[in-house]
Amino acid sequence: MPAGIDRRPSPDELLRRVQAEERRERRGRLKVFLGYASRVGKSFRMLDEGRRRKERGQDVVAAAMQSPLTPDLEALLNKLDSIPTLKETHAGKEYDVLDVAAIFRRHPQVCLVDELAYDNPPGSRNPKRWQDVDNILDQGVAVITAVNLQHIEEQQEDVERITGKRARQTVPESFLRSADEIVLVDAALDDLRKRAGVLEPVDERRFAELRELALLLAADVIDDQLMTYLRSNGVELRWGTQERILVCVTPRSDAAAMLRSGRRNVDRFHGDLLVCYVRQSGLSPKDQETMDANLALARELEAEVHVLEGPDPIGAIMRFAREQRITQIFVGHSAPDRWKEMWSRSPVDRLIQAADDIDLRIFPHLLAQ
Amino acid sequence: MTIPEKTPVGRLKVFLGYAAGVGKTYQMLDEAQQLRAKGMDVVVGYFEPHARRDTIALTEGLEFVPRRKFEYRGSAFEEMDTEAILRRKPAVCVVDEFAHTNVPGSERLKRWEDVQVLLAAGIDVFTTLNVQHLESLNDEVWHITGVRVRETVPDWVVDAADEVVLVDLTPRALQNRLERGVVYATDKAKKAMENFFTETNLTALREMALRHTAHEVEGRLSDLPEPARAPAEAARPGLEPPARHERILICLTERPSTAMLIRRGKHVADYLHADCLAVHVERHASGSGRGARSRTLEKHLSFARNLHIETHVLTSKDVAQAIVDFAREQNITQIFLGRAGAKPLWKLTDGTVHRVVRLARDREITIVAERRR
Repeated sequence: MPAGIDRRPSPDELLRRVQAEERRERRGRLKVFLGYASRVGKSFRMLDEGRRRKERGQDVVAAAMQSPLTPDLEALLNKLDSIPTLKETHAGKEYDVLDVAAIFRRHPQVCLVDELAYDNPPGSRNPKRWQDVDNILDQGVAVITAVNLQHIEEQQEDVERITGKRARQTVPESFLRSADEIVLVDAALDDLRKRAGVLEPVDERRFAELRELALLLAADVIDDQLMTYLRSNGVELRWGTQERILVCVTPRSDAAAMLRSGRRNVDRFHGDLLVCYVRQSGLSPKDQETMDANLALARELEAEVHVLEGPDPIGAIMRFAREQRITQIFVGHSAPDRWKEMWSRSPVDRLIQAADDIDLRIFPHLLAQ
Repeated sequence: MTIPEKTPVGRLKVFLGYAAGVGKTYQMLDEAQQLRAKGMDVVVGYFEPHARRDTIALTEGLEFVPRRKFEYRGSAFEEMDTEAILRRKPAVCVVDEFAHTNVPGSERLKRWEDVQVLLAAGIDVFTTLNVQHLESLNDEVWHITGVRVRETVPDWVVDAADEVVLVDLTPRALQNRLERGVVYATDKAKKAMENFFTETNLTALREMALRHTAHEVEGRLSDLPEPARAPAEAARPGLEPPARHERILICLTERPSTAMLIRRGKHVADYLHADCLAVHVERHASGSGRGARSRTLEKHLSFARNLHIETHVLTSKDVAQAIVDFAREQNITQIFLGRAGAKPLWKLTDGTVHRVVRLARDREITIVAERRR
């Protein structure tokens, strides 16, 4: 087991867990294949898993497929039972709606649902297909489904930045995160070229950026799963696999430079940015003003800001950093005071001593530049 | 004399996974078969069957270049026959287990070096790699799993690949495969599941594989033209001025944790797209009799060079001052130092670390933690 700290759950937390566990046991398992473009092979992976499960004796039905089907998908589908979608026309538009009632009656062990991001016509049981899937899961049926990053609601801002447009039909990220299993279906650009024919260089760039987003989203979801698992087993990892930077601001440090560097670093690492300051009494109005400006900048840079309390600032910072699985602490240099350094250790010296398990990055002092 | 026509370098495609059994070799062979079906000249240079039926079935019809057999200390070994593949000169060669270390006495130490030779000869290569074999992740992997992976590949080798594609499978599915004996024979599988293939380990490794693939994808973005952005996408507020060019200096000592320091410094440099240098300061010039450079230090220097870090050795009685002077002269933006180890508090103020911190108030200094278990 990893080196860790024993953190036993409280009775309330235990009760919550038992209840969640019971709900989970009644519910069917949700497995999602996440891709970054059509043609990466999500549907194939989904159908192939359905085939393998059927061969192992599970009752599998295919409930919704994209159309038209490619020959290899067709061949896989023919090996499975299907519950066809209901064809509906509304305002001159054709819709394929999951036949939820038929699925309930048949009550298979596993149900395959392609194109999770799909809007049902008005008057349907649910406005969205993912809500139909939610109902199916509640009946104790496992669902295997496929979705593209472009259709995740919370990713729309980034998707628009990359592609110039938003998806009309989306699935909330919380639903994706509620999945028991998520599989990233990756494909190299070469593979897309093979399947899609010639790609414009600009499209290649877009696909590469979407691919990176999809990989990072999957990593994030898996990080949550890892943390939940560790917590429920009472173990905490000192370092996760993700960079988490904590910037410590004081009225005297060049906080703006540290915060901007923190933001740049976090962006490069796709990690998290946290900012803390230890509350001090008796700040001069000028120092207070600087502090307020620093914290405003921190929030502007989308950092998570925390105020720490305690008579021992170094102790407070280290406790917080360890709790938060921080991998790098950013601090400013102490003001040069040669006379003082002769006989005492500066706060930075003390932090160096204390932070034996976390990287410490010391920034130039404003006055020294 | 005629100048030989320059052979175009072969393309490298890496199938990256997070554990044995996720399906890397399967996917690699599947793609090899697709190429063969299209009439491409594909051979298998090295394949590790691991008694996996589905995977073995996928090799059907593919041409194998026989392995080279030889003896070492009375035992028989087989390695990929790189020279035979060069003579055969296929368009594409499939090479399993990129991180493999060759038996002593082989032409080259590592299989990835054999692959470099094939690529240089214009042969495209498909290969498989698990994320835990990447040099830069060695300490993290050790921290999480307790396993110190010995067979590593320098990150630059993978960074130079034309394509890195992630082969993903959920830990649950992998554990099922293990239980059914798909990956290993069942008694071996049981042992593996108790030790390495725990849910924590697999999940953490999988996250690393996803993040690393994202990093590889990002690293290749600069090769692709930037599309015109929608005006809505303004730069994040407060980010000005634009990022300066970072130069990182890693300070090497003889301490064993220096390897960790090198890996960490290089990892950060890679993510920041920074230049990376390493320096060691000797108190006495080597060769002066008193100062024969230790083997440990030579090891650290050559380790750094293997990771494509530019190394320097200086001589000075004042180590801290020499480091800081060198940093200024080289326009270093960030100095990486290892921790001085567990010294009593009263001794700390004399340490090199603290002196560098005091002398280089105009630079960023990173003091790297010692990853422990």
